[in-house]
Amino acid sequence: MSVLELQDLHVTYRSEGGPVPAVRGVSLSLERGDTVGLAGESGCGKSTIAAAVLRLLPKGTEVSGKVLLDGEDVYAMKPGRLRAVRWTSAAIVFQGALHSLNPVRRVGNQIEEAILLHTAVSPRAARTRTGELLVKVGLPADRAQRYPHQLSGGQRQRVLIALALACDPKVLIADEPTTALDVMVQAQVLALLEELQREQGLSLLFITHDLSVLTTTCERLAVMYAGRIVEQGPGREVFAQPHHPYTRALAAAFPTIGDPASRMNPAGLAGDPPDPSALPSGCPFHVRCAVATAECSSLDVGLRVAAPGRSAACVHVEAAHV
Amino acid sequence: MSARFLLRKVLGAISTLAFVVTVNFFLFRVVNDDPTATMYRGRNMKPEQIASLRQKFNLDGSKWEQYLAYLRQLLRGDLGLSMKGSREVSAVIGEAIWPTLLLVGCSTLLAMLGITLGYRAGWRRGSGFDTSATSFSMLTYAMPDFWIGMVALGLFSVKLGWFPVSGLEDPGSAATGISQLLDQLHHMALPAIVLALAYVGEYMIVARSAMIETLSEDYLQLARAKGLRDAEVRRRHAVPNARLPVVSLSAINFGFVVGGAIAVESLFSWPGIGQLTSLAVKGPDFPVLQGLFLLLSAAVILANLVADLLYSRLDPRAGGR
Repeated sequence: MSVLELQDLHVTYRSEGGPVPAVRGVSLSLERGDTVGLAGESGCGKSTIAAAVLRLLPKGTEVSGKVLLDGEDVYAMKPGRLRAVRWTSAAIVFQGALHSLNPVRRVGNQIEEAILLHTAVSPRAARTRTGELLVKVGLPADRAQRYPHQLSGGQRQRVLIALALACDPKVLIADEPTTALDVMVQAQVLALLEELQREQGLSLLFITHDLSVLTTTCERLAVMYAGRIVEQGPGREVFAQPHHPYTRALAAAFPTIGDPASRMNPAGLAGDPPDPSALPSGCPFHVRCAVATAECSSLDVGLRVAAPGRSAACVHVEAAHV
Repeated sequence: MSARFLLRKVLGAISTLAFVVTVNFFLFRVVNDDPTATMYRGRNMKPEQIASLRQKFNLDGSKWEQYLAYLRQLLRGDLGLSMKGSREVSAVIGEAIWPTLLLVGCSTLLAMLGITLGYRAGWRRGSGFDTSATSFSMLTYAMPDFWIGMVALGLFSVKLGWFPVSGLEDPGSAATGISQLLDQLHHMALPAIVLALAYVGEYMIVARSAMIETLSEDYLQLARAKGLRDAEVRRRHAVPNARLPVVSLSAINFGFVVGGAIAVESLFSWPGIGQLTSLAVKGPDFPVLQGLFLLLSAAVILANLVADLLYSRLDPRAGGR
């Protein structure tokens, strides 16, 4: 059984300008010990998925489909059960560059709070465990006494990882954990996540806009566009041999190391991500697509098998690859 | 909190106070160069009598000499003499301060219930509770305290007779102990409620908007994700961040407690600082007014100092650590 499974998940935010469909039918499963990457531009719905797993969406947001944590539907849980499941079944590594840590409370205190909430231990034991967690993520234990503003961006991100590990969750959802960190620190944080994932057998859902981060860490990779998964497959293959024109554009945006031509002239993707409240007709990508044909503006196809273990949502896929 | 931070704040407060003392002194000399003139106006007085009056009220010599004499006097804790009955200003103020501290202090504490109200209303922004609490606050905030006082006095004291009309206690009463205390509380109830009503809206509105500002913070989302109850997220994570503007407001209002409530005290003939101020203006009794100004400034400066120090304890980013 998958530790985390999304079944045809739809999330529609309510706004003054009308409903905003942020996630439009996403199915995804995460097996024990697996790492799945979820990539896409900002506004594609990937962070909405992170919030949806623990039912953290704002009041009034419409959710349909199912989110199963260890086979149990999160949206059918009673409030008490939901609170118990939060942080123990699945925890989120929030983005450290944001104000994810409470600025007026010591970081250790914020980790202890989670431990004391979910495990029957003494405050002293919780403090000891907090020190151990900080050491595990590569920080001296005495950093527990610091306030968030006294730590660097990388240190804050490590604290957030320690915080996510506080209650030994089965599933870890990393929501843009390397954004706004400099490259060296990014590499350290990634290495740390990989190591923890291996050591503790965590199942990791890794959300990022940075495709290059995912190809090295993820066994499986899902690329999102306009609230849907448009391509899925093993990490390296998806990046090396993209089937969907959007993935192709994303992959081409990264310069190839050792190839001066691509470094001097990285291929970008013209245009902006679509406004979820006013999606184009047909395939939502056709307005930016290099290979769009007349039928693309009226035909919106779902994921179809492109190769063994690979699928993509594009009319041209079958013609090209099967 | 570092010693340097503390020292800097205390020195700042002291120099502000010195500035206020100076401005205060010259302000009254500009308003009226020779206040004794009003005392003998229309009366036949010998030059020696006038000279002795001027000496009594420290009006001899140049302004500069007067200023230095005033400073020397102040350092001894002497605020001069009242022009009415030649009593010590410090004694006159000392008599009026206790009724004021009691009345305005109690009503300020009562009004601070508005803080809890505001936090809860902000947390449930747009709910029925929020709408009614905000409407109530806006309404009372918009009503001047003397107006609320007049309506309350007319309705509850004159018409219904539930509360005494004025004063600190029954004039002819010889009651002591508990019954005297009950009598005083009975007299204080109506003006205290009136003042609390006039103040509560401000606390509520400030607390509510401070709370609303924290609502979209990421750390609240994280606190919820941890599995905390809604009320725990509010108490442990939102309130400590929403507290800062409320602390400043409360500290400054506590400074103003000493200044009394001029309109409401006069209305209810409450023998406090507010009533004393209004009487001193009518006199005019310049030494008493000058003393009252100084007292009020000192109280506000002290309250600000306390607010600053509290702030640095509540918000680790505010320096001092």
